[in-house]
Amino acid sequence: MFDALQGWLSGYIFDWLAILITLLVQAIVVIMPLMLAVAYLTLAERKVIGFMQIRMGPNRVGTLGLLQPIADALKLMNKEIILPSQSNLYLFILAPTLAIAPAIAAWAVIPFNADGVVVSDINAGVLYVLAVSSIGVYGIIISGWASNSKYAFLGAMRASAQKISYEIAMGFALVTVLMVADSMNLTEIVNAQKGGMLNWLWVPLLPMFVVYFISGLAETNRAPFDVAEGESEIVAGFHVEYSGMAFAVFFLAEYAMMILISFMTAIMFMGGWLSPFEGIPLLEDMFAWVSGFIWLVLKVSFLLFLFLWFRATFPRYRYDQVMRLGWKVLIPVTIVWVFVVMIMEYFKFGPWFN
Amino acid sequence: MTFLEVIFYLLASIAIISGLMMISIKNPVQAALWLVLGFIATAGIWITAQAEFLGLVLILVYVGALMVLFLFVVMMLDVNITQIKERFTAYLPLGILTSIAIFAIMYMVIGPDRYGVDQMPVPKSMPADFSNTKLLAIPLYTEHAYAFVLAAVLLLVGIVAAITLTLRRRAPSVVLYQDIDKQVKVQRNDRFKIIKMDAVVEEDVKPIDEDEEGKK
Repeated sequence: MFDALQGWLSGYIFDWLAILITLLVQAIVVIMPLMLAVAYLTLAERKVIGFMQIRMGPNRVGTLGLLQPIADALKLMNKEIILPSQSNLYLFILAPTLAIAPAIAAWAVIPFNADGVVVSDINAGVLYVLAVSSIGVYGIIISGWASNSKYAFLGAMRASAQKISYEIAMGFALVTVLMVADSMNLTEIVNAQKGGMLNWLWVPLLPMFVVYFISGLAETNRAPFDVAEGESEIVAGFHVEYSGMAFAVFFLAEYAMMILISFMTAIMFMGGWLSPFEGIPLLEDMFAWVSGFIWLVLKVSFLLFLFLWFRATFPRYRYDQVMRLGWKVLIPVTIVWVFVVMIMEYFKFGPWFN
Repeated sequence: MTFLEVIFYLLASIAIISGLMMISIKNPVQAALWLVLGFIATAGIWITAQAEFLGLVLILVYVGALMVLFLFVVMMLDVNITQIKERFTAYLPLGILTSIAIFAIMYMVIGPDRYGVDQMPVPKSMPADFSNTKLLAIPLYTEHAYAFVLAAVLLLVGIVAAITLTLRRRAPSVVLYQDIDKQVKVQRNDRFKIIKMDAVVEEDVKPIDEDEEGKK
């Protein structure tokens, strides 16, 4: 579809301009639903945590509170953005942009369905997601430094140390995935998991699945690892000086990263768009009409629910315990499992050789 | 101009401008951030030159980890900017001479005599799904396995040295250490004990007679 658009455009304007416009259209097609999903994820979070705490959650704006995210967005847009007088203004304004840009750019390689429904089907997709999401930490560091506030600075220090630590565990978890799937292309990783629920990679790589998801929680600064913005200790951490839409952009970035981590987990460990009933005689035919995209969305919704569930359940980690979990528990587990997978691969001993 | 050329000139100009800004800007934190931008632009150029693995690893290692630690240190330092700038003009001639010398050496080594357009063949254009990650990995782990392992051991020695230099334990009377294993293993019974007590009916407190208080 987009190739046709590009071909049609290049009949009228420069080739490079046609490519640029096509890329922009593709980006918008991915970003608009993403932003909508982020808006309704905030509503879902408040509703789910509300029900877990036996409250109603937001229910005033629209039926069942369905217009609440829109009202929130309008409120935040109309608020004044306060610029602290002693801060570094350029960096202060640049920081939210730097936080959200990688969270959105990483979506370029995420496949949404079979037959290549993906903006850019590059062969180093896993590495691209890891590299681009690692840039996201600059938004937090710069916001903490440019605010000229001690609390923001403490939050930035905590966040940068935490993100670097958990990125290592995350990277090792990805290494095992690409050893088993024999590819770094996300579409091929999903295709390598064909053949029913037990062929998905969460079975042979169960420890990695757990490690990846925990690291994902820590990477997105979600509870119980939200020490970067621990309200009880450092007010609100790195975004304490931000108000209005500048604050909302940080919020959007955090939720977009949550959805991205859920997509990555679903693609790499839970079979992506593959049906869970593949290979089961009766159920497979019954659910044959369900498109792969719906299965992917269901899996992602389940993982996002886990994010919200953890937030309602666990108390916040103490900072030194966050570091200990990352360096002394998760990284050794991943290194051992890399060796286990290596040996299984060498002796051709594994559930993925059938 | 093709699309690739537009991208190349854009990234190249960003890389040059950010490099110049990095060495000329006053604030060390901003200088580090310009260096980050330079890294990202260079990674982009590498990716356009079909070295996507190297480009992404450049971002992952240098931008995502190394520069974050660097910024970490620079932000914590209380740098006096005027002090740094004080002798700038005094050192300028020497600096210019040094940079010209370095540029001359680099020109002699990698200049057009050796790596010019007429010296090097045009690289083969690969199909889009060509993976140079595997192409890099196979010689790295077979032909150059010894060099690879040696480099890893060297890094390990570096880590051990850095940790031994900074590791110091002070007396428990000076610094309070947390033993997290102990904290995690703690059971309810270690912290408190439930004591059964007989129920005792307390006697009522006598109401104070206000008149008698007044007399005293």
